Amino acid sequence: MRQYFGRKLLIYGLTFFMAVTINWMIPRFMPGDPVAGMLARARVTQPEAVEAMRAYYTNLFGFDLPIWKQYLNFWAALLHGDFGISVWVFPTPVSTVILGAVPYTLALMIPAVLLSWVVGNRLGAYAARRKLLDNSVLPIGYVLTAMPYMWLAVILAWGLGVVAGIFPVAGGYSFAMRPNWSWEFLGDLALHWTLPFASLFLVALGGWAIGMRNMIIYELESDYSNYLAALGAPQRLIRRYAFRNAVLPQITGLALQLGVLVAGALVTEIVFSYPGLGSLILKAIQNQDLFLLQGTFLFIVLGVLIANFIIDVVYVVVDPRTRAGMAGAAA
Amino acid sequence: MRNRARFLIPLVVAGLVAAACSSGGSTPPTQGSNAASAPAAGPANPNSLPRNETLYTSGTQWGPPANFNPIREWDSATGTKGLAYETLFHFDPNAGKLTPWLAESGSWTDETTYELKLRKGVTWSDKQPFTAKDVVFTFELGKMKTIPYANIWNWLKSAEAVDDQTVKFTFSKANYQEWDFNLYGRAIVPQHVWSGRSEEDVLNGVNENPVATGAYKYLSHDQDRVAWVKRDDWWGKTALGMDPKPKYIVDIVNSSNEVAMGLLLQKGLDLSNNFLPGAANLVKGNFGISTYYPEPPYMLSANTAWLVPNTTKKPLDDPAFRKALANSIDTKKIVEGVYGNLVKAANPTGLLPQWDKYIDQNVVSQNGFGYDKDKAKKLLADAGYKDRDGDGFVENKDGSKINLSLIVPSGWTDWMEAIRVIAASAKESGIAITPDFPDFNALVEKRGSGKFDLVINNERQLSNSPWTYYEYVFQLPIQKVQNTVNFGRYENKKAWDLVQKLDQVKADDVEGMKALTSQLQKIQLEEMPNIPLWYNGLWSQVSSAMWKNWPTSAAGTPKSAPAMWRNWMELGGFETITRLQPATP
Repeated sequence: MRQYFGRKLLIYGLTFFMAVTINWMIPRFMPGDPVAGMLARARVTQPEAVEAMRAYYTNLFGFDLPIWKQYLNFWAALLHGDFGISVWVFPTPVSTVILGAVPYTLALMIPAVLLSWVVGNRLGAYAARRKLLDNSVLPIGYVLTAMPYMWLAVILAWGLGVVAGIFPVAGGYSFAMRPNWSWEFLGDLALHWTLPFASLFLVALGGWAIGMRNMIIYELESDYSNYLAALGAPQRLIRRYAFRNAVLPQITGLALQLGVLVAGALVTEIVFSYPGLGSLILKAIQNQDLFLLQGTFLFIVLGVLIANFIIDVVYVVVDPRTRAGMAGAAA
Repeated sequence: MRNRARFLIPLVVAGLVAAACSSGGSTPPTQGSNAASAPAAGPANPNSLPRNETLYTSGTQWGPPANFNPIREWDSATGTKGLAYETLFHFDPNAGKLTPWLAESGSWTDETTYELKLRKGVTWSDKQPFTAKDVVFTFELGKMKTIPYANIWNWLKSAEAVDDQTVKFTFSKANYQEWDFNLYGRAIVPQHVWSGRSEEDVLNGVNENPVATGAYKYLSHDQDRVAWVKRDDWWGKTALGMDPKPKYIVDIVNSSNEVAMGLLLQKGLDLSNNFLPGAANLVKGNFGISTYYPEPPYMLSANTAWLVPNTTKKPLDDPAFRKALANSIDTKKIVEGVYGNLVKAANPTGLLPQWDKYIDQNVVSQNGFGYDKDKAKKLLADAGYKDRDGDGFVENKDGSKINLSLIVPSGWTDWMEAIRVIAASAKESGIAITPDFPDFNALVEKRGSGKFDLVINNERQLSNSPWTYYEYVFQLPIQKVQNTVNFGRYENKKAWDLVQKLDQVKADDVEGMKALTSQLQKIQLEEMPNIPLWYNGLWSQVSSAMWKNWPTSAAGTPKSAPAMWRNWMELGGFETITRLQPATP
């Protein structure tokens, strides 16, 4: 067991190191100069003032150092929990900017991922055994899963937001509100959360339902099911076994899908201008805010790694064969 | 069933833990922004702003409101200058003159001395009186080299407070036009709060809870908005007889055209200064949204979009080639096809309609240009640019191929479409142009360092004087990096001398200005350092569902600029707000 998790942790550590390094590299290889962009936005005409500001900012962000030194400084600062100062929302520290956005993204992602997975699997399992349900779940599932996130988001915003006027089209909470602990505010938060959540949930739902349906059908036709049936076991029991076997690939699928879901959440946030990490990443790229980009990516990498680790743990819990395998290996 | 539920437990637990983290994590920022505004808490600081007392605006802020520092005119939160901090004068583009604001009057007592009389009874939002010392302090901040207006000290000798209401400025060289620009452009900051701040604080400080003289004060902000609340003791109520009706103003950070459009249609936004493609359909389609003009061009003109050739590169260093290029562009197609008549084609001089009186029509009729394919071809042929290999495009005089790249920032869809039209129409005259869409920052770098062939730019806005436009076209000397002006690196000493002379003409001497602008226009049209294309609009879509009496071209309505854009509050934007009336009394 320890060996299993030790190996896993080592792999996660390596992945983390590589991912952070790549995160550091990519923005620096983007064309353009963040300080130049910053100065251009400042629209300072006087050459002396421009030079003074350029020198000041270049030094402030450490761009005047050799590249390897910048890299080492980056790790040193990172280990101190210092993500640097944002170029885009200058002079706010990156960590403040990210902390303001993370709750929104998590509140959107976690329910969307978990609920779509649970509901999708249920729906798929039911569909596999009822012709009528199957005829509707299958086509709807295919349509949903093939839908690009942003497209569904735009349709929802237009239909339920602009035309029907039920839901707001933008923002994390009403522009008239200020954050406070009242039912009114929480209700407002929920109202703004519904559409982005729905678009993420629906797209993911289709994929899980189809996957589960196919898995169940496969399992029901496998030898052990036939054997059980021949023994005269009740259908309920056979289905329960089939479900437990079918759910394993779905858990692996969840680990694999996480990255895609994060990407989907990013686009959805942009459509609804939901103040989460997705909107931040877009802005960071547009404004060449290397530090903000590094910070947000770091958060996403961490999030995906942690989620994967949790899934690893879950896998051990739900699949006795992994435990048996580990015991065998340890012996 | 029991078994199935079991494997869900860790997942649920993980979910709950994460959810707990997320709700726990959400506490600090929301609490933080609450705490920041807590000192002002009370009945005037509600958690929910009543819709009928709130004005919602958008179209200015492109990122979270990161600071309230009026020195950072380019990225301070919308309203920092205009709603909170005020300037000595405002400028009325319709009348073409300065209107006294914090100052009661100002005059040149001799050629190089300017005397400013300030209003009595103006108070800062912390109840301290506003005096001449604050004005002197603000201008002296410019002695720090990184302050945007540092250069006035190249020609300003001293600023002194004669008494509480009088400031005397002594100049070593009186740049009258530029001085007027500074009079309505610079926000006055309180000495009693700002003195003792270091250069770094002045330039980069966030300046939370700004202490200012304006009609509104800071209420709260978040990533995607900033809210201001009206000051009941604002001096302008009695001194100017202005009483803005909206109790709250909330400016919403821009996200996308779709969102701005959606908010407008949901009546959640009163004034949108976003460029909305197809705004004409919104106006005609009975959605309750209107613009300044009910017919084309719908918007007032705000600035000129110029095609800037890099005059250090072949063949763009040849005025004859630039002239041919100017004649080869079908601007009408851009105005109608790309913008659906939301903009107007520019005068050959590029001067905005508000500056019509400075245009020498004789010079324009003799030297002006317009879309004329045959003329463009003739100009090319006369100058020695011929199509030798028969590919339909002319070559350089030495026979090498010409292929110019024309750049605009990626994602600026209207401009992207416009340069495709330019490339297509230049092709008909035999000039090969390839449209290219680099990322904005990459473009800025290329533009500044002169590593481009052709670029479109419209950064110079309407101002008190066409001098700002000529400075933009002709400024010398050329620097290693050209940050805001003369991107084409055009060098003409004579023209630059004329521009400096223009700066030293008094604002009321229109004839004197005309004499110089006429000479400048002649040089401009003969040399074509920049090619004016169209006037970009003062994008403004308003909804009258909550607030009425918006400026329009119709009789009996205000004529001020309906804009919250940076530096436009002093050009009529603030006046627009003061004239709004609740739609339902």
